[in-house]
Amino acid sequence: MSDSTETGPVLAADGSPLKQSLAKALRREKMRALALIAPLLFFIVLTFIIPILSMLFRSVENQIVSDTLPGTVAAIQDWDTDSGDAPDEIVFQHLFIDLFNADEAKEHTKLGSRLNYEQSGLSSLFRSSGRNVDDIGESFQDPLEEIDPAFEEADFWYDMMNGAGGEGLLEERRAMWEAQEGDTLAGDVGFVPSQAMIDLLPWTTTAYTDFAIWTAIEDEDVVAEEEPWEAVYGALGMDLRNPETVAAIAEYDGPGAAQLQAVVDNLDRLPETSFREAFAEIDEDWLDPEVWGTISVYSPNYTPGYFLTAIDMKLGADGVEAQPEDRQLYIKLFNRTLFMSLVITGSCILLGYPVAWLLANLPLRTANVLMILVLLPFWTSLLVRTSAWKVLLQQQGVINEILVWLGFVDDANRLILMNNQTGTIIAMTHILLPFMILPLYSVMKTIDPSYLRAAKSLGATNFVAFWRVYFPQSVPGIGAGSILVFILSIGYYITPEIVGGTDGVFISNRIAYHISSSLNWGLAAALGSILLVVVLALYWLYDRIVGIDNVKLGG
Amino acid sequence: MSNLTVDVKRPPLSFTMPVVAVLGACFGFVTGNIFGQAWLGFVIGAVIGAGLAGILAQIVQVRLWQKVWGTCAVFALAGLIAGGIGGLVGGAVMGLSMGWFATWIGSGQYRAGVPIYYTAGQTLWHNVFLFICAFVFFFLVAPLFPVIWLSFNAENFFTFTPEMLAFQAEGYSLKHYREFFSGGGHPVQGILYGAVIGAVLGALVQLLPNVQRGLARVVVFAVVGALIGVVVGKMWGVSGAEWMTPLKNSLIIAPFATLISVSLGTLAAIGLSQTHVPGRQAIMAVLISPMIVPLIISATGMFFFYAPLGNWLEANLGLNQTFVGYVKVILAHAALGVPFVIITVTATLVGFDPSLTRAAANMGANPVTTFFRVQMPLILPGVISGGLFAFITSFDEVVVVLFVGSAQQQTLPWQMFTGLREQISPTILAAATILVTISICLLTTVEVLRRRSEKLRGMSPG
Repeated sequence: MSDSTETGPVLAADGSPLKQSLAKALRREKMRALALIAPLLFFIVLTFIIPILSMLFRSVENQIVSDTLPGTVAAIQDWDTDSGDAPDEIVFQHLFIDLFNADEAKEHTKLGSRLNYEQSGLSSLFRSSGRNVDDIGESFQDPLEEIDPAFEEADFWYDMMNGAGGEGLLEERRAMWEAQEGDTLAGDVGFVPSQAMIDLLPWTTTAYTDFAIWTAIEDEDVVAEEEPWEAVYGALGMDLRNPETVAAIAEYDGPGAAQLQAVVDNLDRLPETSFREAFAEIDEDWLDPEVWGTISVYSPNYTPGYFLTAIDMKLGADGVEAQPEDRQLYIKLFNRTLFMSLVITGSCILLGYPVAWLLANLPLRTANVLMILVLLPFWTSLLVRTSAWKVLLQQQGVINEILVWLGFVDDANRLILMNNQTGTIIAMTHILLPFMILPLYSVMKTIDPSYLRAAKSLGATNFVAFWRVYFPQSVPGIGAGSILVFILSIGYYITPEIVGGTDGVFISNRIAYHISSSLNWGLAAALGSILLVVVLALYWLYDRIVGIDNVKLGG
Repeated sequence: MSNLTVDVKRPPLSFTMPVVAVLGACFGFVTGNIFGQAWLGFVIGAVIGAGLAGILAQIVQVRLWQKVWGTCAVFALAGLIAGGIGGLVGGAVMGLSMGWFATWIGSGQYRAGVPIYYTAGQTLWHNVFLFICAFVFFFLVAPLFPVIWLSFNAENFFTFTPEMLAFQAEGYSLKHYREFFSGGGHPVQGILYGAVIGAVLGALVQLLPNVQRGLARVVVFAVVGALIGVVVGKMWGVSGAEWMTPLKNSLIIAPFATLISVSLGTLAAIGLSQTHVPGRQAIMAVLISPMIVPLIISATGMFFFYAPLGNWLEANLGLNQTFVGYVKVILAHAALGVPFVIITVTATLVGFDPSLTRAAANMGANPVTTFFRVQMPLILPGVISGGLFAFITSFDEVVVVLFVGSAQQQTLPWQMFTGLREQISPTILAAATILVTISICLLTTVEVLRRRSEKLRGMSPG
């Protein structure tokens, strides 16, 4: 005691101040606890949280448009969506180069299916245009080769294009291919565009560089030995449309100068149709401003489009608008999911409450025996219970057979209990009932039965005593059970898929459909994200009412 | 409440006879309806019911259960005469219900559970309530029985055949079980190998310090070894079998997933139960989240993330595609099993006295020894039941494996799911029956463990 009157801090055994020493011990304890948790936390973050985040990301991700058509997307920014007319020639020139590359990489069909989600018909538009885009190039290639056969030769092109100073362009186009392919394309191309050519024939050099990178790295061929793609001829045609280029060729004296001059002298032999017209010839729809509106609206890297689709809206040229009636589906499906989950929760309360009450008020030994009847279905495989309901509910099933045998139902008009909402509701109520009974039971267990007796001795009837005294105390149990059942049922997939038919399916079945059948993964991710938000909100509510720590399993 | 009830008085016949007559009338109505004479049946049934109540009331020397079974026998005989084997079963069920009801009412047992001051209405409500509860229990358990029954069907139908309903031997067979178990290796060899390995292991364990010794332990090890051996032997070299291959996949995936979730989960649960954990709520929320997030969403997210991950593993580490497939499914299932381990083990740790570890440390044990010798034996029941939950989660899981796995990883529930969707043979029902048996075994284990845990922690006397 006398120590405490001395000045200075209290010391620990090792001579350091006690406060510091305690803080150190506390810190060590915290670190120890965290070190024990860390492996699992890392594991869950890696195997669960990141996948969920990747789903959230995918629901807004939309890089495919700008990756596949980079030049077109950049050029279309200057187009006035309200002009009521398709964009200018320059956009179509970019489209020619982009679409040709996409066709080589086999990416244009993916873009077509992506845009088809927003406007039907675009898938076939892209597919047919990808097939025919070569023709545009060929319409330039043939006259060029007629003017001078040197244009047929691979080494002529290589000598003309190869040089120095174009490393910037080479890397820029390599990045374009990498975005297009979603893969790295490292390696030596064996070609560097010459600065002189970049200045003289910008389109041609770009197209030739694209060709060179693809040939050298993807096809693993030697650039100097391969005849260029049709796109390069088309690009040369584009360059020659520019009067300044034509004038500049007269002063050019590098490799291929003579051949280029020959072409300039015979310009009238080249086709005169614009690229805009050439594309219109492939498919009229390219002149449709609506098609371009869709491409323009979905050109940014991130889009709310999937979320809007998930709530039956769409991103039109002038902002958000409702989907046409025949494509409205998801709001109805969300409503149905919520409604059926509510019905299932309600029937679970109705069936579970009396049983939980009985279990809570019986002697422990009897209650334990009866509890096995609750736990047995809880432990039985979900597939077993679902197949049981299929056996019971189908048209030739047990229930119908018995009713027909007893003569209550005519053989010709058997009850349709399956492949509709009834089937889903019955089967899911059965499957989720233990999740209602168990939390209800654990809450009711804590209610002192003497309250009821007290109420009755004060003159309450049985009903009043129950309703005014017992029931309010059991509400937390109802809340916990309801939220648990509701959360579980809102995301159910297996049972509705098997007994639900088309009317009794939930939003989760639609998500699975988009993942495995329609392959519209962005929409699946958006639907999943919405569902996730709903569930997390309910989970938060559950945490507020019961606390996560109080989740109990198996009684 | 119970001390307010007294020995019950037998109600007068004027009460018993009409009440039993009502039930009889209901049965009569149903029976009559089969023959298209519902109302005639109704009247006959009422008469039989009233008569039964009257007769049973006269017989006093016999015990109650004898009255019930006697009635049952009489009705069954009548049914047999009227409608063959089917009638026998129908009559027996009806006789059992009628006999039980008549004695229950007639002996006044229906008042046995209620206080003496209850009015007739209250007694009625009490019994109606009990019937409602009985109905719910019936609803919970009954759907499983037709599955078990139908799995012995001799035909390839998903429905009952007339032979089955007439209880003729040719209506039943084990063919669906044979089909389920067709394909696969050498269970008998497996038993032998397993028993020998188990016995050797058991003998080796005897050499360890501080274990209980005795031949009984060796036998236990040998039996467990034989059990594992029969499964491993059966699964050895299975490929392409319709049911054995999925079962094999399930038996590969579930134990590994369980192992991961139990080992990591137990450590984390011990960490979480320390007094000072920064951000415990947030950590708990993250760790529990696989249980809260609907499976379809987890599956979607995992689908997006695991497919490129698998491609990356195959391309950069040169791993076999099948192997990567298993790894993906195992990781996914381990994540789904973690919350169950966390919940059960933290619940067990609530009753764990931390001063025990301090006492152990005080006596010179290092943390590892303390963990294995002091803490682990006490929380073992919780760990095992958490592990069983994790196992059943993986063993029963369809959605995630459907999205993450490929055809080589097809599990048993997956095969059942495909079968149910495409309506194939009742072999599904044989599989279901086997799963029900397994789940009964697991349920028993968990219950036993739970009681043992409570006993260890002194929470209940039993």
